[in-house]
Amino acid sequence: MSFAEYSEIIQEGDVVIIFLGHESMMPIKVQSGAQTQTRYGAIRHSSDLIGQRFGSKVTCSKGGWVYVLHPTPELWTVNLPHRTQILYTTDIANITLMLELKPGSVVCESGTGSGSLSHSIIRTIAPTGHLHTVEFHAQRAEKAMQEFKEHKVSHLVTVRNQDVCKDGFGITGIADAVFLDIPSPWEAITHAKSAMKRKGGRLCSFSPCIEQVQRTCEALLDHGFEEICTLEVLLRVHDVRAINLPLPDFGPEEGSADSSQMASDVSQEVAPNTGNTSVICRTATPPREMAGHTGYLTFATKPQCE
Amino acid sequence: MAESVNDSDAESRISFGDYVVLKRGDVFKSVQVENKKKVIFEKQWFFLDNAVGQLFGTRFEIEAGGSLKLKAAKHSGDSLDSKEAGQDNRHILDDGKSQKLTRDDIETLKEQGLKGQEIVQQLIDNSTTFKDKTEFAQEKYIKKKKKKYESDITILKPSTRLLAMMYHGREPGKICHLRYDTLAQILTLGNIHAGSKILVFETCAGLVLGSVMERMGGFGSVIQMYPGGGPTRAGMESFGFPSHFHETLHEFPLCKVNALLAGTLDLSEKDADGNGRSESSQETSGVSEERSSEPQSMEVSVDPQEEMRRVERERLREQKAQEKKVKMEEKRKKLASAAALLEGRNADGLVIASRFHPCPVLMGLLKFIAPSRPFVVYCQYREPLIECYTKLREQGGAISLRLTDSWLRHYQVLPNRTHPVLLMSGGGGYLLSGTTVAADAAKTRNQHKSEEPVAKRLKLDEISSA
Repeated sequence: MSFAEYSEIIQEGDVVIIFLGHESMMPIKVQSGAQTQTRYGAIRHSSDLIGQRFGSKVTCSKGGWVYVLHPTPELWTVNLPHRTQILYTTDIANITLMLELKPGSVVCESGTGSGSLSHSIIRTIAPTGHLHTVEFHAQRAEKAMQEFKEHKVSHLVTVRNQDVCKDGFGITGIADAVFLDIPSPWEAITHAKSAMKRKGGRLCSFSPCIEQVQRTCEALLDHGFEEICTLEVLLRVHDVRAINLPLPDFGPEEGSADSSQMASDVSQEVAPNTGNTSVICRTATPPREMAGHTGYLTFATKPQCE
Repeated sequence: MAESVNDSDAESRISFGDYVVLKRGDVFKSVQVENKKKVIFEKQWFFLDNAVGQLFGTRFEIEAGGSLKLKAAKHSGDSLDSKEAGQDNRHILDDGKSQKLTRDDIETLKEQGLKGQEIVQQLIDNSTTFKDKTEFAQEKYIKKKKKKYESDITILKPSTRLLAMMYHGREPGKICHLRYDTLAQILTLGNIHAGSKILVFETCAGLVLGSVMERMGGFGSVIQMYPGGGPTRAGMESFGFPSHFHETLHEFPLCKVNALLAGTLDLSEKDADGNGRSESSQETSGVSEERSSEPQSMEVSVDPQEEMRRVERERLREQKAQEKKVKMEEKRKKLASAAALLEGRNADGLVIASRFHPCPVLMGLLKFIAPSRPFVVYCQYREPLIECYTKLREQGGAISLRLTDSWLRHYQVLPNRTHPVLLMSGGGGYLLSGTTVAADAAKTRNQHKSEEPVAKRLKLDEISSA
């Protein structure tokens, strides 16, 4: 197992994701002899996990069962221990595409935060790329490093514990892309520019507030960045379900079909069980509440140097 | 760390045969650089020859005669602004007479070979209302005129970003209206990365295939499942991948999936196919086929010259048959290698984005995917995906099913004029994504863990505010 490479069989030391049911998961580290409690009972790592295939069903001690999944950056994003606010998959997907990340890309990121985006970047740029991530909070930097090791991707990433606005990314002239998720990104634009390759590259800054965006765009323009573009993406998750629509009763109609006849004109299925006629239809409804704002994504291109 | 990457190497310079993306403003066009080839882009024509040897990302002006000229470094002549500006528009009347230059005058200026920037300056100088306009209105005016008369083009290296934006802007019908942010979701939700084995079924001109290949970077394998006579790859070609990427690309016809699943796929069918040729292979190969039937038509008169020509034709036909045989053999080999990859039923991911009903495609292809792997299905419409969702729930073998769409909004960010862009895209299509799991006896399904959300550890809504 690695976050950048699939494997078939669960081994000691792997991180696996236990799928407990609808939107309910937990990550665990596999260690022989260890046990993990779930609400369906205990999972014994030696017998239930090690040597099993990823994706198989595991029966817990109380007779309930769960699925064990191979970790991916996307599963990690919804399961990781939060040390900060994190970026979610929808934004990450757009950042990855708009920064043109691919195997071999050299990427700078700051701050590392909880490592949600970092895992995704590492997955995309492996096996030949490298991530240089900067986190000014010593404990977070330490924790991230430890996670990368556990997830078997530490060879693809360098974590630096420094202030990106003051000290930059610790590299010059080698980055294809830079990502900023810090409170004052405009203070890091100079460093971003010098970290990037001579032939140019892409930059992205994530900010929750429009004032931050404003200042960042001004700084980008001042530093000669081009193709400056700010956008926002939201995800709507649709709830698929069967709904029941009762049919109104207009009373008997002179010499014509009754209302249940009409029901079958309206739609495909008629609920047979109830006395009242109603129609069942499958539909997808948006959730009652959804994330309405995560942050603005500002992208720009650093042109080649003359 | 030894991290000095020499980035001014050959790959960042434009050469003949390269696929490039032309950019003017927000408009893109993908072309291949060829010697003395006339390119038409945004109502202008030109030749790309002078771009050869320049770095990707270089900006050019079009000169008379269609040749490209390096654009001088900018920032030097960008001072079009006049210093005067009005406060508001209370005295500005729309009498249609504010511009003193006539259309003919402007045409003449253009014919004189005046530069775009100079024309814009002329327009400003001859506008009676310009100096009364507010500073913002002046800027807007200049921007609008620049867009029309300054026709720089930039030549860029193709990427998923550029090609997805290009297709969405120019030919959305060809890619089933797949918007670029939705494509971004596909690639991420599908966990597309180097070293995996990915199944792709698409009718998006090869754009989705190309984007998957870009993310795999030439490591691993991609199996393109195709409908009809052959795979569509124009979009993929536009990426201009190095040749070793193509070695990782395999293809398999959808019409042989059932045979493969049933174990009745006949891979020794080279002759069976070859004998019944013309007709049967017309469907399968399509392209190289057209002309082989024509010589039979006129063979009535027999004079010596005609005879000679006949022999010649015979020889050609034989040669063609030989070539065809080689081609068939190649095709058979390719089919066999794709079949071998599929047979393990251990692919690492599945991406579907087509104009076909997604339900049968998904049900058929999911069988080739290993457990604990993601799959993503794109559809322009929501209803077919509801059907897929329902079917998967019944059948099992997949968890974490999510039906989603995304919403994309662009912003204009300018001092004191920041707001969402007026026009936004109405819809970028829908996605159904999920993860495969080991199929089971179907009985235990839907027992204790049905669809009700569990309160515990529900950390979805942590986005609240910062």
